[in-house]
Amino acid sequence: MSDTVKFTIDEQAVEAKKGEKLLWAALKNDIYIPHLCAIKEEKRPNASCRLCFVEIEGIPNPVTSCTMNVEEGIVVKTRSPQVDRLLKTAFELLISDHNLKCSQCPANRKCALQKIAKERGLKLRQKRFKTITRDYEIDDSPDEFAFDRSRCVLCGQCVWADREKAKVGAIGFTKRGINRVVTTFEEVPLAESICTQCMLCVEACPVGALYYK
Amino acid sequence: MTKEGLQKLYEKLKDDANNIIKKAESKPRVLVGTATCGVAAGALKIRDNFLQEIKSKSLDVDVVEVGCMGHCYAEPLAVIDKPGYPPVCYGYLDDGLVHRLVEDFLGGDDPSYEYALAALERNDVFPTFEDFPRGVYEQKLILENCGFIDARSIESYISRDGYSALVKALNESPEWVLDEIKKANLRGRGGAGFPAGIKWEACIKAGGNEKYVICNADEGDPGAFMDRSVLESDPHLVIEGMILCAFAIGAEKGYLYIRAEYPRAVSHVEDAIRQARDKGLLGSSILGSGFSFDLEVFQGSGAFVCGEATALVNSMEGKMGMPESRPPRLASHGYRGKPTVLNNVKTFAYVPMIISRGADWFKEIGTAESPGTAVFSLVGKVNNTGLVEVPMGTTLRQLIYDVGDGLPNNREFKAVQIGGPSGGCLPEKSLDVPIDFDSLHDAGAIMGSGGLVVMDQDDCMVSVSRYFLEFTQHESCGKCTFCRIGTKHLLDILTDITKGEGDSDTLQRLEELAEDVRDGSLCNLGKTAPNPILTTLRYFRDEYKAHIEEGRCPALVCRDLILYFIEPPKCSKLCNVCVGSCPTEAIFTREDGLKEIDQEKCVKCDNCLKACPTEYNAVVKLSPPVLPPEKEKKTK
Repeated sequence: MSDTVKFTIDEQAVEAKKGEKLLWAALKNDIYIPHLCAIKEEKRPNASCRLCFVEIEGIPNPVTSCTMNVEEGIVVKTRSPQVDRLLKTAFELLISDHNLKCSQCPANRKCALQKIAKERGLKLRQKRFKTITRDYEIDDSPDEFAFDRSRCVLCGQCVWADREKAKVGAIGFTKRGINRVVTTFEEVPLAESICTQCMLCVEACPVGALYYK
Repeated sequence: MTKEGLQKLYEKLKDDANNIIKKAESKPRVLVGTATCGVAAGALKIRDNFLQEIKSKSLDVDVVEVGCMGHCYAEPLAVIDKPGYPPVCYGYLDDGLVHRLVEDFLGGDDPSYEYALAALERNDVFPTFEDFPRGVYEQKLILENCGFIDARSIESYISRDGYSALVKALNESPEWVLDEIKKANLRGRGGAGFPAGIKWEACIKAGGNEKYVICNADEGDPGAFMDRSVLESDPHLVIEGMILCAFAIGAEKGYLYIRAEYPRAVSHVEDAIRQARDKGLLGSSILGSGFSFDLEVFQGSGAFVCGEATALVNSMEGKMGMPESRPPRLASHGYRGKPTVLNNVKTFAYVPMIISRGADWFKEIGTAESPGTAVFSLVGKVNNTGLVEVPMGTTLRQLIYDVGDGLPNNREFKAVQIGGPSGGCLPEKSLDVPIDFDSLHDAGAIMGSGGLVVMDQDDCMVSVSRYFLEFTQHESCGKCTFCRIGTKHLLDILTDITKGEGDSDTLQRLEELAEDVRDGSLCNLGKTAPNPILTTLRYFRDEYKAHIEEGRCPALVCRDLILYFIEPPKCSKLCNVCVGSCPTEAIFTREDGLKEIDQEKCVKCDNCLKACPTEYNAVVKLSPPVLPPEKEKKTK
């Protein structure tokens, strides 16, 4: 039994290992699918950012490619009117709750949101929804980096790096709904927490929420 | 153990139970309905009153607490079961009535039929509940014992053939149990209607030795209380159903996930588990059969999202109560990563009767695709609020007008909200939709867990959607983008509309976002959260338009779009009731003696409208909030 499967993405023939998730198979073959929360090493996908929608022939509605296993012979489309509509809405929802002063942001030009906008022809501003204003304070207590939650997209990359790579567990999600945030235990500044300032979380942040000073 | 041995063991259990019950029933008894609905209406005080009155007259009468009979509109309720008379149910009890019943009926021989609601057994003197118009439509399966047996006594359950289904199953085989459930086409009563048999089979096929059975009693919809009532009133029914499921799939351990806000349900179930263990019906080698299964209660801390299966399991494992993407499904990867069956309270409650009476009997009831009954908590603007059970296929009209006895004061029906925050609002023209999983889905609503709220012309559909969105937005766990931020914007847009704000694009923007949240969310909380909006937009779009285009709330509900006005020709001048009722001193007496409201000071609390004597009815609400022009001139 062969452990590779063959299928097509946007009419391009692709091979991938059995059991691999569609998102990673596509990215490996230089086919871009927008994503923020996906972590390759994580067995159970987070599936929370809701950006990596694709269409698979035979499945009526778009599905998230981070949760779909590759299968022999599937026909995948990364673009369709439905996929584009969902992506546009998800993207606009995210930036309605995101500090959009890009020129002042350390992640300017290397930000994952900018990349999605560029790849899919979306604008980095939206008028559909009211802007959600936050009065978060910047935590600049660590020596070499700072955390600005007004830029955080809650993708969970930093939390995963902190727990699974650094094995520290200084940060995590707390509160629910629209108040969900990444923070330390008892919400103390990072320098007062058990954070070792290894900065793996800064490396993991796809936007400019965690950044070098 | 042999079949005969098992049967013998059960016969002994039943004989013991019958003896105890017979002895109890040989004395006059007062059964007070003390489920949470009864307690809220003051049933504990009524119970104490009975005890006191009975003691003061030195009568030999037992006072027993029972669960909910479903007639919540008449709470507090009690049944008096005196040998020589049919058991009679009395409603709307108060101290005086208790005194009179004890003196005249228990102490004397006058059953005081003028205060009775109904008899519980057929007799020549007084009608029974079945003789009510609703009796024609009601068919009680899982509510059969509710309110009639002492929920805290396993004997009262066993004496009504309780646990006989378990004995029957133990004498057959797990495969036979699964087969019956599959043949019966029992569909999950949690709302989605997924066939229980297929779920169980998937769990069996997942293999492995360690499996779990979980009962989802995290009932969280505002206005829904079916699961609570069943657990409070007949806990052994659910427990027996869970044991049968465990037997079918080969599980040794099960949990009842009950929200901590249901303390009575928790304590009744915990008592029931203890009693079942004592009788050898739970624990190792049940009734000597070699099959072992035990149960435990897990108290959820009341997050709505924990009713979602994966979030529920996460919460049990000590993680944050947040949903996961599926697959893998719980049937293969559930509690502690092991194959797990998770069903609703009512789903398990059907299992014993299907096993006892057979799949064919069950399929006779209801419709072909949705066999069995549907249990609803009927609330809102309807005469007979309470718990009702009707066969699937009954129409909404029959349920509201015949079972629920229509709307009070001949008010005009406007909409019925089915399925709680995940459900939808259906208008008058949908009233002939039969109640079953598929028909309701096609109409835009869902069966949900069974909350049913009736609304009349005084209910504003925009406000209703806003209410439900406020609930789901508050209960969103915040994990995925669509639900976290999408429901927030949906709520914001709805709030704007209730203030009359918006433009020609607002409704389209609302509808598109609602559709995207439905299609894009991770779990069913987010996927179904827009249903109230989508259905009200589908059936009551004009009402939304009136808010935006005319600044008018047709139901006179949205505060920013109404004002209170005292009609001068109707005002009596001499009466000062409205002035006294106003908490902000907004009402003053003009020079001509008429009362007037200072709109600047008015907080629209509705007090003056309620206070104005009915012979005048001078206070009116106006929408849009514009004073009649000629009156405006006068006030200047």
